[in-house]
Amino acid sequence: MSVHARERRNTPARIARPIALHTIVIVIGVFVLVPIVYGILGGFKDNPQLANNPIGLPAPWVPENYTNVLASSDFWRQVFNSSLIALSTALVTVAVSALAAFVFARFAFRGRELLFTIFAAGLMFPFAVAILPLFIILRFFGLLNNPLGVILPQAAFGLALTIIILRSFFRSIPHEVEEAAILDGCSPFGFFWRILLPMARPALATVSVLAVVNSWNNFFLPLVVFNDKVWWTLPVGVQQFSGQYSADTAKILAYVVLAMIPALAFYAVAERQLIGGLTAGATKG
Amino acid sequence: MKTTKGPESAVTASPVPRRLVPPPQPRASKNRGKARKRITIILFLLPGVILFSLLVLAPILLAMYSSVFKWNGFGLLPTNFVGLDNFTRLLDNEIFLGDLRRGALLIVLSLVVQLPLALAIALLLNQKMRLRALYRLLFFAPYVLSEVIAAVLFSMLLSPERGLANEVLGFLGLGTSSFLSEPETVMFSLFIVITWKYFGFYVILYLAGRQSIPKELTEAAQIDGCGPWHVFRYVTLPLLGPTIRITIFLSVIGTIQLFDLVYVLTGGGPVHASETLGVTMYDIGFNRFQVGYASAISVVMFLLSLVFAIGYQRFVLKRDLDGATTTMGGGRR
Repeated sequence: MSVHARERRNTPARIARPIALHTIVIVIGVFVLVPIVYGILGGFKDNPQLANNPIGLPAPWVPENYTNVLASSDFWRQVFNSSLIALSTALVTVAVSALAAFVFARFAFRGRELLFTIFAAGLMFPFAVAILPLFIILRFFGLLNNPLGVILPQAAFGLALTIIILRSFFRSIPHEVEEAAILDGCSPFGFFWRILLPMARPALATVSVLAVVNSWNNFFLPLVVFNDKVWWTLPVGVQQFSGQYSADTAKILAYVVLAMIPALAFYAVAERQLIGGLTAGATKG
Repeated sequence: MKTTKGPESAVTASPVPRRLVPPPQPRASKNRGKARKRITIILFLLPGVILFSLLVLAPILLAMYSSVFKWNGFGLLPTNFVGLDNFTRLLDNEIFLGDLRRGALLIVLSLVVQLPLALAIALLLNQKMRLRALYRLLFFAPYVLSEVIAAVLFSMLLSPERGLANEVLGFLGLGTSSFLSEPETVMFSLFIVITWKYFGFYVILYLAGRQSIPKELTEAAQIDGCGPWHVFRYVTLPLLGPTIRITIFLSVIGTIQLFDLVYVLTGGGPVHASETLGVTMYDIGFNRFQVGYASAISVVMFLLSLVFAIGYQRFVLKRDLDGATTTMGGGRR
């Protein structure tokens, strides 16, 4: 590498290549950014401005679209619902999966591999396939218009990936640690609770972040479970809002932009866990 | 990435092979220990098994069961058995057959355009360049947003009267297009939105795959006189094989179950021209209450995913586990 680099120094190719490279990457970056920037700027325009001047900066800047959304209790209610459901989903998913993954990782018993395979096959069962019967089952248990009606199915569908990731992590903890704990009088639960879980903190963070993001973006399930707008989550709220004010583009843009912020902020904070989890999930799924 | 490195290094660091069975214990306590172990196993697995059976397995079984009934969805179980009628009806349903064709089109577009594009970008981003981390962060951002947000943003962007897209086309002298409201263009508009939303995800996966290829291999090829294209063709590409196969898998499975984006962006229209299996199923099941008939579509989706997943795992992914895998998960299975 270094030999080649030295030969090529100051040749035209050496200058042209980074430029070409940057051009391509910037073009793609613009493609990614344009809808978002269009949304942000559009939210600061009124509708005549949007029609006459869709590209330029707002003139004058109209903050009302944003302030109206921020002043509406519906929006904050949806932020709260989404947060509550996402955090509860993560908690249930990770707690239940950690218990199961512990057994799959560190106990030998008949039928273990079969059971694990059934769980892992859950990766292939998407919501879309199960949504209709799921609706009927939730109705049977009286869980429609109840946050548990979204939390529990999301947790159930999240088990597969979470168990797979946690099991491989639990397996990697040396057996000596467990032996030492048992010699010191630890019960299996004591070992799990006081030693294994604290050691697995990075893996737990990863799967929690995945569960939060998946729940936050889920649309299909809350759409069918929540008739009552009191429980709408942000995606359902955005969709309903855009239907309700379909003529008022600027207002919708403001709503969408504000609805993006929590997800983007969370991404900024938890980027490492999210990407780590996705690559781990993809390579093992 | 970094979080997953922990366990791997821990595996390689421990010289003793890991054991699953606890060490032998003194005779007297053996039986007690066994019973205790069994109780632990049952108690620990119970919550997961209950949750999974009730909310994952039961719905799938119920979908299969109700797909051979005529049922308006009231009560818990259907009673009016009609055999395979729902499925034969599907074979005459132009919308359903169209869903399959459109799904196939999206899969082809993804495999021919989206994934190669993502691979190219990943290889570019793998080189040393300024602001690399920023680009990576930016490209991945749409993946974090919900499909609803992407759909609403693009429906504004592509709207015929006020949309930005037409303004830009007009400015460039390319005329205008009614992206979402013409049957001829709607699938391509949909594909653009899918690409916007998901190509960053594939870029991240390819980057992870590329970065796990040891530098020595590409350097050795260069020293042996390979140009950049040959290094890519004979070193990078084959070693990226496992990652590429997984992205193809995810892309196909994702397309089979596509719902949110289409439902919000076009509602399946105009005149069903962008409808997917999920949207058709939703419409028949939740709007027209033909639950048995809609379940038949769920079953088709399930079988498509299952057959593809099993076939793919058996014939394509298996190769990754057989051979000498240098990267991806090999050490963990």
